[in-house]
Amino acid sequence: MLSLVVFLPLFAAVVLAAFPKIPDRTARWAWVLITAIDAALVGVMWLGYRTPAAGQLGYEEQVKWIPNVGSSYHVGVDGLSLPLLALTVVVFLACAVYALKEDQRPRIQAALFLFLQTSCLGLFAAQDLILFFLFFDLSIVGMYFVIAGWGHGNAARSALKFFLYTFLGSLALLLGFIGLYLYAEPHTFDMVELAASAPLDGNPMAGGWVLGAILLGLAIKTPTFPFHTWLPPAHTDAPAIGSAVLAGILLKMGTYGFVRIAMPMLPEAWRAWSWLIIAIGIISVLYGALVALAQTDLKRMIAYTSVNHMGYVVLAVGAVGVAGSGPAREVAVTGALTQMVSHGLITAALFLLAGVLHERAGTYDMGSYGGLAGQAPKFAALFAVGAFASLGLPGFSGFIAEFQIFAGSIGTVPLTALALPGILITAALFLLALQRLLTGSAGKKTHAVTDLTTRELFSVGPLLLLALLIGVFPRPLLDLIEPAASTVVVLLGR
Amino acid sequence: MSGIVLWFLIGLPAFSGTVLCMGGRRLDRAAIPVSLGVSTVVAALAIGAAFSRPTATMPFVQGAAFGLTVDALSAVVLPAVASVALVVLVFASAEGAAREISPPARFHGFMLLFTAAVLITVTATTLVTLLFAWELMGAMSYALIGFRWSEQQRVSGGLTAFLVTRSADLGLYAAAGAALAAGTGMELTALPDAPPGWRDLIAAGILIAALGKAAQLPFSFWLSRAMEGPSPVSALLHSAAMVAMGGYLLLRTEQLLEVTGGAAHAAAWTGALTALVLGAVALAQRDLKQLLAASTAAQLGFVVLAAGVGAIAGGTAHLVAHAATKAALFLAAGAWLTALGTKQLGALRGAGRRWPLVGVTFAVAALSLAGVAPLSLWATKDAVLVVALEESLALYGVGLAAALVSAAYAGKILIMVWRPMAAGAEDQYDTEEHGTRHIGRWEKAPLVVLAMAAAVLGALALPPVGDLLRSALNREPVPESGWIELAVSTVLAAVVIVLVARFRTPEPRWASDWLGLERAAHLLMVRPVVGLAGLLARFDDHILDRGVWASAKLTQAAAKRTARVDDAVLDTAVDRISTAGLRAADVSARADAGGVDAAVEATARAARRFGSLARRPQTGQLHHYYAQAVVVLTAAVVLLLLVR
Repeated sequence: MLSLVVFLPLFAAVVLAAFPKIPDRTARWAWVLITAIDAALVGVMWLGYRTPAAGQLGYEEQVKWIPNVGSSYHVGVDGLSLPLLALTVVVFLACAVYALKEDQRPRIQAALFLFLQTSCLGLFAAQDLILFFLFFDLSIVGMYFVIAGWGHGNAARSALKFFLYTFLGSLALLLGFIGLYLYAEPHTFDMVELAASAPLDGNPMAGGWVLGAILLGLAIKTPTFPFHTWLPPAHTDAPAIGSAVLAGILLKMGTYGFVRIAMPMLPEAWRAWSWLIIAIGIISVLYGALVALAQTDLKRMIAYTSVNHMGYVVLAVGAVGVAGSGPAREVAVTGALTQMVSHGLITAALFLLAGVLHERAGTYDMGSYGGLAGQAPKFAALFAVGAFASLGLPGFSGFIAEFQIFAGSIGTVPLTALALPGILITAALFLLALQRLLTGSAGKKTHAVTDLTTRELFSVGPLLLLALLIGVFPRPLLDLIEPAASTVVVLLGR
Repeated sequence: MSGIVLWFLIGLPAFSGTVLCMGGRRLDRAAIPVSLGVSTVVAALAIGAAFSRPTATMPFVQGAAFGLTVDALSAVVLPAVASVALVVLVFASAEGAAREISPPARFHGFMLLFTAAVLITVTATTLVTLLFAWELMGAMSYALIGFRWSEQQRVSGGLTAFLVTRSADLGLYAAAGAALAAGTGMELTALPDAPPGWRDLIAAGILIAALGKAAQLPFSFWLSRAMEGPSPVSALLHSAAMVAMGGYLLLRTEQLLEVTGGAAHAAAWTGALTALVLGAVALAQRDLKQLLAASTAAQLGFVVLAAGVGAIAGGTAHLVAHAATKAALFLAAGAWLTALGTKQLGALRGAGRRWPLVGVTFAVAALSLAGVAPLSLWATKDAVLVVALEESLALYGVGLAAALVSAAYAGKILIMVWRPMAAGAEDQYDTEEHGTRHIGRWEKAPLVVLAMAAAVLGALALPPVGDLLRSALNREPVPESGWIELAVSTVLAAVVIVLVARFRTPEPRWASDWLGLERAAHLLMVRPVVGLAGLLARFDDHILDRGVWASAKLTQAAAKRTARVDDAVLDTAVDRISTAGLRAADVSARADAGGVDAAVEATARAARRFGSLARRPQTGQLHHYYAQAVVVLTAAVVLLLLVR
């Protein structure tokens, strides 16, 4: 079941790529169909999912792959990965719908995105470090071609920067993985076994180096300050759906790595270095928000808010490493995971909306617009909803996430309250953006912006609707996450 | 079972409000019927809930449910808020007011959503529920203040209101974290049991959030900017509901403030000082809505003072009575604004005479605000002050002074609108919008209802209702105002009004621009933050990113150098080596030909010569062999002889 979910898009991608005769229209709709089927399959998985015992997995599959290095094809899901698998299929479905009007090599684009979808799903399902690494790198390759092939502006340069930077990060990650492998007795890349044995505990020196390598790799991907500078150009020059996937899914690979790999496999080192991680989190929150505040380019602004939002996640997982007891630490981890889902939905929606503007008027410069509320009321309504959702307004998923992150983090490490102004600055920058784009008198590009089409509405709307549903009825999601979060806390406390 | 009532109570306005907001223009025609229908049902349910006292919980986040309940305190406030909401929405649906608020679907949608948020705030039992509704109120106030989005200054007014209140809301986030750390959970009733330290932090966070929402010092200025919103918005948000919720939260958490000690003191003094200083600000205003706004902050000061000194019943009565009073005043101001196109006090001279019904309701509310018997704020304010007197004489003194100031600014507006109209009054009209010169029936009806409430709600602080309220709300007995005190207070108020009528009202110039608080906030907060943001953005582009590019360049340069090394050194070396090799080969070849070969041949030649030399003795002649043997023997003997 799980492998079907993971490889169905790849299969479709191969078919689409192999038959150049497939008409564009068919390719576009086939893409939507496949992502819809995949989403339905994940939905079925979610419904059939029963929380397994701690350290166990649901939908587990294991096949021998490279036995002589202790690596196997091992996949499975738990409360950490299932929400992200669901997020992945939802965001890719939204992208497929959004791209129904794409006229630039739609068949190849569909194939590429389906390939990318498999690499994302595979990463979240992987229970073997080599498999994880493989999907990690495949996603980088896929995104490189998305930016370089369908981007605008200085796409080639941005794509290359993205590729080199994150690829470098993946090498650091690989180094860390090899470290884990070497210290494990017997040598293995199996993530379940590594989490159970925590091979580097009792070896602070080596543990520190291995964690350092893994943190570096994940921090670049997340990205946190000061490794974030590849993000704004990559977003600015990427196509709308590329940005949506990049921000919505690819960034989560970094933060997912924290809770999936770094924390359970290197608990001692994580606890030793948690203050550094908290510091990086606080800086990312404040720095991301402040730099976003100063932007005049809409997409760059949203990109920097990603640094801010991912900073909350880093802050929470860092705080958990500081010794403490009580429910606060579980709340923090739950909040961090909720934030991944929430940010994925909301930021993907915002990037798609930014793409609408660019498609119509050819610029992201906020000063060129104004008065869009009158010109394009549906766009204005959805953008306003997205902005408020992103600034953590109650009623949307962002509030559930940020409330838990702050309550849990402050409850563990009161000093993390230093990051609180982040939510204020985020509010300010989104309200200012709303004011510049939507209100006042029409700007010089406003006339070009026609209102959202049905296709765009059906692409962006469901993302925000999900954010709303999670915000009002968070239990279905939290019921899934909370047991896994408490497992992480237990593993970390060993 | 009874919980369903509560879910319905908040779900109905929340859902219908969302639909109206997102439905677009095609719902415009349905907006008013839906809005009035829903708010009528909500008001009825709220009154029912005040008696049935339902409780409802839904699992929400870990360690904190989404909990709602109607207890004694909310049983008083809930019907009041729901009723004011209904009355204000009736006013907003009237023909005259509706001009100001188009499209109606969006307006009524936001108002209903706002109402839902207030109802949740009033009934919330946990910190997370409270924060949920609290921030939602802020966002709705942003949308409603900036409702006429094409005018930038209105949108900025909303922005200021939202940001200032949200900065105070951060206190609630911190309080939630502290509650988790303290291990007491997030139930509001459990907070006073938190261990000291954490308890202080929780109390401080709640206090800051409440002061921000209640527009107390130093946050007050956002309320001035909030006056950019339509008048019905001011009537609901900035008198009865949102601002009042700041005071309400402190009344609800009074026990926490009390056990913390410092927080109760801080609340009492902030409230008293705000009542006095913002009273002075009100006195200095020449714009009716600005004056009313400053007065709201000042009157909420009495509620905050009440929470600080433990006069919950008095504070609650004041809150409710003020809601009716101030809503009436704001609606009257709104009615004149649409009719005459101005809210400047000077231009409103005689407006009360032109529409006597509006003038009378305005007068009733203004006299209530002044504290004249038997109108409501007269009794409720004294119920607060008498408890403050027990706490500290200084506190009482400030409170009393504030009461006199409120009599002065209430007198100022009352007298202005009832003065005979000046000649050429028309010239001063239509400065802000084009007036209709008409106030309709459905604009007047809400005024009458609210004025009646403003007249009689003082009963909440007087026996017998007041006694009931006191025993239900106060944790411990507090002093009541005696009849003498009440009589003195109304006489003082009347004297102040007469003085204001007789002489010109003092208009303290230092208070006219709200103490410069907004400028201070800009100077101390906004500008540094924006400056820092710009600085960091440049740092990001020019240093951090360039650092990455530089290191990339460096790598590239290193690569080039390596390539050059490759070309220049290694390659040359290889070249040289191969050349050397060749030469060596050459040399060795020559050596081979000249040396080795020659040596070999020389050896061979030598061997040959030696051989021929050696062959020489082999003559085949015997005597030669003997002679050779003798030579060898002789040599051997000589050798033996020498060696021995």
